[in-house]
Amino acid sequence: MSDTLIEVKGLYKLFGPEPKVHMPLVHEGLSKDEILARTGHTLGLKDINLTIKEGDISVIMGLSGSGKSTLIRHFNRLIEPTEGQILVGGIDVMTLSAKELEEFRRHRMSMVFQRFGLLPHRTVLDNVTFGLTIQGVRKKEANDRAVEWLETVGLAGYENQYPAQLSGGQQQRVGLARALATNADILLMDEAFSALDPLIRSEMQDQLIELQDKLQKTIIFITHDLDEALRLGNNIAILKDGELVQDDKPEEILLNPATDYVEAFVRDVNRARALTVETVMQPQGFRITATTIEGALKQMRAHKDDYAFHVTEDGYQGMLSQESLEEYYQEDKTAALSEVHYEDLEPIAPDAALEAVLPETLASDYPVPVVNEEGDFMGSLSRDALAEILSPDSSSSEGGNDGAKPEEADEENKASTTRHS
Amino acid sequence: MADASWLTKFPQLDRLDLLAIRKTLDGAYKAFSREYGDVIEGFFHPVLSFLVWFEKLLITTPWPIIILVIGAIVFYASRSWKLLVGVVISLLLVGYFGMWEDTMSTLSMITVCTLISILLGIPVGIGMARSDRFQKIMTPILDVMQTMPAFVYLIPVVMLLGIGKIPGLISVVIYAIPPVIRLTNLGIRLVDKEVLEAATAFGANGWQRLFNVQIPLAMPNIMAGINQTIMMALAMVVVASMIGVKGLGQPVLKSIQNQYFTLGLFNGLAIVALAIIFDRVSQAYAKRSQKHMKGAH
Repeated sequence: MSDTLIEVKGLYKLFGPEPKVHMPLVHEGLSKDEILARTGHTLGLKDINLTIKEGDISVIMGLSGSGKSTLIRHFNRLIEPTEGQILVGGIDVMTLSAKELEEFRRHRMSMVFQRFGLLPHRTVLDNVTFGLTIQGVRKKEANDRAVEWLETVGLAGYENQYPAQLSGGQQQRVGLARALATNADILLMDEAFSALDPLIRSEMQDQLIELQDKLQKTIIFITHDLDEALRLGNNIAILKDGELVQDDKPEEILLNPATDYVEAFVRDVNRARALTVETVMQPQGFRITATTIEGALKQMRAHKDDYAFHVTEDGYQGMLSQESLEEYYQEDKTAALSEVHYEDLEPIAPDAALEAVLPETLASDYPVPVVNEEGDFMGSLSRDALAEILSPDSSSSEGGNDGAKPEEADEENKASTTRHS
Repeated sequence: MADASWLTKFPQLDRLDLLAIRKTLDGAYKAFSREYGDVIEGFFHPVLSFLVWFEKLLITTPWPIIILVIGAIVFYASRSWKLLVGVVISLLLVGYFGMWEDTMSTLSMITVCTLISILLGIPVGIGMARSDRFQKIMTPILDVMQTMPAFVYLIPVVMLLGIGKIPGLISVVIYAIPPVIRLTNLGIRLVDKEVLEAATAFGANGWQRLFNVQIPLAMPNIMAGINQTIMMALAMVVVASMIGVKGLGQPVLKSIQNQYFTLGLFNGLAIVALAIIFDRVSQAYAKRSQKHMKGAH
């Protein structure tokens, strides 16, 4: 599941009539603006090193002009790099001949486009079979497979419609079905959902996650929307002016932004929605393992807190407070611990969004236990921890940069305007 | 420098030099046509046979069958009863006023000219769209073809091939072909980059891109070009009649020379009728075949 499938090494792209000639300037470390002023060439990508793991949804994120669409087009060589290597499953894409490249595009990678890229003169069915007929699959078989994929994306019955007769969301489903139909193991999605309105977009995101659970493709997803990135990505790479600024797990990006730029980006994210319980909970070393009240109280008294979680071989049992344990002790100290002794507190799931557990966590006097599907005790989530993570300044206090730089405010503006547009 | 006449009178080439240039060019061309005239005529022979056969077919076939066939084509292309009725009525009128045979001659000429223009023009247009350099070469040539008075290039064609159908056909094609070339070029250049990119991303090669994406998506423009080509071919028919092309042009030419107003008007109206038929039918067909392409994005 987590083998490296695609590797990008030292990738540079300089746009203009004579890119090779001016590469030394790039290596000297001149900025994008300086290079443009001195040579008239635009620096598209600068020293990109990136690994994509098999079966992951890897998100590449950046504002417009950051080079993300340029980068994704390097994977299938729709754009030729000026320098660098792209290895896909060990094969250097740059060494492929024109014919081999065609075969590579037909069988290994398919692509979904921002404005769908459908053929307006062909029916939905004929659009989905496009990749297959290019592969040379017989018409009949291609049609059968296309019908299946249309059903999978929820467009059964639309086979004979034309793209213009469909809504944007439906058109992109056709685009998705077309990409999936070729059976390529790598799916490139270039701002695939950016042209859709928010409601449809989140629907499509759900569908993609659902499909991915079944298909386990390797997906490279381009977006300018951090919420979308956080929702879909197993990994997020952030580009700025053609440079990779941070390449990390989503929660790391949120909690430990590498630069001011990322931080500005991350600032107005709805953390309650983006983060899961798992990323915020504290692991709980101390647990009560005794079976009787007496034993439990003994363990409890030896510990600093006035509450504890009862865990046996069968997993998590319930939560005990010292106060009520003392009472039960007076009644019958030898009684076995059971349902009646536990505090009234529902455990929460580690993969739940913070948003979903917000009310119960805030209402509880004690930290809320986190228990996974198998019934294992994972840790606990306290009110304080939750409050800290959701307060707006938490990341900057960790990042340790104080005093707003003028640039930072500027970037924040940029980030928020893109998200609103 | 006392003589300032060069200011008021343009300093021009000596009359003798001018004469020499004319003599050399004319002589060279005459030699060329004596040398290669037969070869070139032989080259065009199949086209001539086809043209003659087609014209005969249209003239000898009983008129009700012709009207039926044209009606069927019109209805197939446009699916419009109104248009069908209009076309049939105008054909009946043309026949009733004694212009049936001439109309059939013109019809055959236009049909063949249009077919040749399409067969030559679309590949040239595609070539222009694919290569900027070829476009740079072709654009001025097309400009000349469109602006040079038609009579001027009638001369070398007649010198080369004499008077008749083939020279007529060549001059009509030269006059009428630029729109289909230009609009094919334009149409292919305007094809949505993302759709083309999508085809490339799925591994389509050059031919697959051309036939699956570029030509179909350029079709509205190509159809507009074909329509323009037909209209220009019809306009050229009168001029071509000067070099012996039979049809509606000849009576028009005769009425100019003899000041027969009514004869000219009738034949002119018959040309207009043909033009309207071609125009409406090709446009209705284009519209119908492209109805799905509107608002795809």
